[in-house]
Amino acid sequence: MNMNRFKEKSISLVDLESNFQEIEPDLAPNETIDESNRCLYCYDAPCIKACPTGIDIPSFIKKIASGNLKGSARVIMEANPVGASCSRVCPVEELCEGACVLNDASMPIMIGNLQRHATNWAIKNNATLFEAGEDNGKSVAIVGGGPAGLASARELARLGFKVTIFEAKEKAGGLDTYGIVSFRLPQEVSLWEVEQVEKLGVEIRTNTMVGRDISVDDIVNGYDAVVLAVGMSKVPMLGIDGEDAKGVYDAIEYVESTKTPPFSKDIVGKKVAVIGAGNTAIDAATCSVRLGAEEVNMVYRRTEAEMTAYEFEYEFAKQDRIGFKWLTQPVGILTNEKGEVNGLKCVKMELGEPEADGRRRPKPVEGSEFVMEVDAVIKAIGQSRYVDLIEEFGLEHKWGIVQINQDTFQTSNPKVYSAGDVIFGDGQGEAMVVTAAEQGKQAAYAIHKELIGETETAAV
Amino acid sequence: MVDLRTNFAGIKAPNPFWLASAPPTNTGYQVQRAFEAGWGGAVWKTLGDPILNVSSRFAGTSFNGQQVAGFNNIELISDRPLEVNLQEIYETKKKYPNHAVIASLMVEPTQEKWHEIVKKTQAVGVDGFELNFGCPHGMAERGMGAASGQVPELVQKQTTWAKEAAEVPVIVKLTPNITDITATAYAAVQGGADAISMINTINSLAGVDLDSWNTIPNVAGKGAHGGYCGPAVKPIALNMVAECARDPELNNIPISGMGGISTWQDAVEYMLMGAGSVQVCTAAMHHGFSIVEDMVDGLSNYMEEKGLQSLDDIVGKSVPKYSDWGNLDLNFKTVARINNDVCINCNKCHIACEDTSHQCIDMLTANDGTEYLEVREEDCVGCNLCSIVCPVDGAIDMIDIPSKEPMTWNERQAAIKQSATSAKELI
Ligand SMILES: Cc1cc2nc3c(=O)[nH]c(=O)nc-3n(C[C@H](O)[C@H](O)[C@H](O)COP(=O)(O)OP(=O)(O)OC[C@H]3O[C@@H](n4cnc5c(N)ncnc54)[C@H](O)[C@@H]3O)c2cc1C
Ligand SMILES: Cc1cc2nc3c(=O)[nH]c(=O)nc-3n(C[C@H](O)[C@H](O)[C@H](O)COP(=O)(O)O)c2cc1C
Ligand code: SF4
Ligand code: SF4
Ligand code: SF4
Repeated sequence: MNMNRFKEKSISLVDLESNFQEIEPDLAPNETIDESNRCLYCYDAPCIKACPTGIDIPSFIKKIASGNLKGSARVIMEANPVGASCSRVCPVEELCEGACVLNDASMPIMIGNLQRHATNWAIKNNATLFEAGEDNGKSVAIVGGGPAGLASARELARLGFKVTIFEAKEKAGGLDTYGIVSFRLPQEVSLWEVEQVEKLGVEIRTNTMVGRDISVDDIVNGYDAVVLAVGMSKVPMLGIDGEDAKGVYDAIEYVESTKTPPFSKDIVGKKVAVIGAGNTAIDAATCSVRLGAEEVNMVYRRTEAEMTAYEFEYEFAKQDRIGFKWLTQPVGILTNEKGEVNGLKCVKMELGEPEADGRRRPKPVEGSEFVMEVDAVIKAIGQSRYVDLIEEFGLEHKWGIVQINQDTFQTSNPKVYSAGDVIFGDGQGEAMVVTAAEQGKQAAYAIHKELIGETETAAV
Repeated sequence: MVDLRTNFAGIKAPNPFWLASAPPTNTGYQVQRAFEAGWGGAVWKTLGDPILNVSSRFAGTSFNGQQVAGFNNIELISDRPLEVNLQEIYETKKKYPNHAVIASLMVEPTQEKWHEIVKKTQAVGVDGFELNFGCPHGMAERGMGAASGQVPELVQKQTTWAKEAAEVPVIVKLTPNITDITATAYAAVQGGADAISMINTINSLAGVDLDSWNTIPNVAGKGAHGGYCGPAVKPIALNMVAECARDPELNNIPISGMGGISTWQDAVEYMLMGAGSVQVCTAAMHHGFSIVEDMVDGLSNYMEEKGLQSLDDIVGKSVPKYSDWGNLDLNFKTVARINNDVCINCNKCHIACEDTSHQCIDMLTANDGTEYLEVREEDCVGCNLCSIVCPVDGAIDMIDIPSKEPMTWNERQAAIKQSATSAKELI
């Protein structure tokens, strides 16, 4: 995200919907020409290697420059079935743009924005980019229709599998559809990607939660292979008093409520505290600002240096005038007589002496308790895991992180493959849309190799 | 401040930057604005018997998003009545006595016609004439412009006729649409020309529209070849200037150079290759008259920095360095060397050399894992390709390698011949 490119920076307290429109405008025609021509068309380009899905970046940019937008969109979507979403949500500074050779010479190419431009063209022009492969007689069930599931399904369909996605929610797309703030990723972009997958003949059974609406046995026995791509679950409990009060929110559900109108007016004029300092916490905070909050503070028990949010997310939050309470640990939520939040009790923390591993752990400062006056508290301390479901599948896991064979994406049940956030953690991957997509693809190729025996990937 | 005053074949001007005969010099209003902006001279839009122009006349060519890399036109000479032009020339010259006002002329190839127009134009006080033997379209179909400019005898004859009536210097403007421009330059010299100028535009078709399949430009769906100019033609024009400047038969005739000049640097190159003044059309059409300010300023600063007093210290200084291929040293060796501190690892040099030259740039990985490139100098032929495609200034140097005694192709042939004859003599 390049903040200088943002058009509308002000927040409306009247028209909340307008606050959630995509904030960065598409590249203008001239910007597109200038920027696409600026790309050097590197050989063995480092940007390609830095893209987890390996998009041939110089190729798609050259195609933009030559006016071949359809070809460009195809190059992008070929490597990344959720390439339109990724162009908006990828931490590009850490990935492709961070690796661009022009970092050392002038300014990196706006790869994300060019990718968005080309995929916008495909969306607008209703372009058909891929076709299903010839039926190979095998079937695959995919549990979870997020980026990992969709990527798997797209590649499997192109390889001739009969694919069924089981999706608990009303719409597929996972966190792209429900979890990432609209002003960065409008829901229709994610739904377009879903539609592209459906067009290949993939059946998506929405409102179907595996383990509730259909049994795990039916899934495991009814198909030749299964891809478990359920992502992660809700924000865990804080374990402090007052967590059930009115005005305490789960950050993920909170963001989800802002993905589609109508927008709740509950936050207008309120003081909000967000607990946590990761990307989800920042999303919850910036959403609060857009829902009309008067004051938003992030409460984090460590310091700025330890926060896990990306640099651009942090910058964005500061731009939104969000406050940061570092070295502050919430210890209780206070309520009024109606059971509504009216305060957050905290203690000040200080960093202890470096321990054996060199890290300085925060510890409470005695007698430093104080109360922040707030009307709403948003919990954003990570996501819990679908441990029950994983155990129902009988899969090996560590604290809900499904264990896989790194080469084949196979779980402890060789018939069940797994990809995306459900395998993230404990040294496995990173929780990003783009890695989820890549893992989904790789799981598809592994299934193809196992069931059909060819190593070659999707036909061109 | 250095002295940029110019005396070109007797035509004096405050500086060597002149507007070429073209739309920028169509009217007195424009030429006077140009002088105010800093142009030293102007060659008036070609005068002759009034013609009719078509609507839709120009086309630009873009390259990688860069507009007006080249410029194409199907415009003819002035479409205004001669009297109006003459009146405005008179007024302009009166207002700007120290600026060069040159009348470009084109008439049918007869002696009377040339005498008539030269006299009429001379009467309003021009500083010189430029005979337009170059316009490649329209006028050529009527036996004028490039049509007569491609026939050395016609160039010579018409130059003679113009000279018979002219009291001020006569410049002959040559067409590039010819195999050897020195042939028509020689004809101009034989006809008594005081100077030559080049180049006029090159026959061209700017493009074809991919949707309508019409030519670009087109007039009601039909196109005809036009004349090409602008930055894209500069190397072609520069060579023509240089070829004329080094041709001993042309006796150092003053040359006014043009073709793609957009900056003071372009102008210095032309001057070094023998141009005593430079003319500009496309760059002014692209950006307006104000571009001359940096041309004058940049040239002054360049001269100051190099300690040059006047244009005489520049004009023609590189001409002796331009020769025939046969005089180049076959033993000279230059090789590419990559400066890894500056290199940004785009690998463009590698793939250029690997795919299209001599496969001598290796992509290597150091012990610490960093990637770098290295030229195998023993295999490098010194073609320059890598340094041409390298996007970063200073990342690739072409290094001269000490080598054997110089030996040119001509010397080599002579030596072979000599040893052959002496061998014969021995027998
Ligand atoms: C607030 C927030 C912001 C984020 N921002 C970014 C960002 O800017 N950039 C970035 O790259 N990543 C971001 N991420 C991370 C990213 O969204 C995830 O890494 C990615 O969506 C993982 O994809 P997935 O397919 O594994 O899981 P999900 O996207 O979570 O999809 C899983 C799907 O499975 C479905 N499901 C779950 N259980 C069942 C069941 N039992 N039966 C059927 N269906 C089920 C769910 O409904 C869901 O649709 C963000 C995450 C959050 C929470
Ligand atoms: C639209 C247009 C009209 C021109 N008309 C004339 C003309 O009437 N007489 C002439 O001698 N040259 C004419 N020229 C040629 C220019 O004087 C000049 O020789 C040529 O454009 C090369 O210079 P440049 O690259 O700076 O444009 C014309 C050029 C253009 C673009
Ligand atoms: S590294 Fe940068 S310049 Fe090179 S191909 Fe990638 S985007 Fe283009
Ligand atoms: S520049 Fe544009 S407005 Fe002016 S004459 Fe030409 S076409 Fe008409
Ligand atoms: S072209 Fe230049 S910058 Fe690129 S790798 Fe070669 S030397 Fe380095």
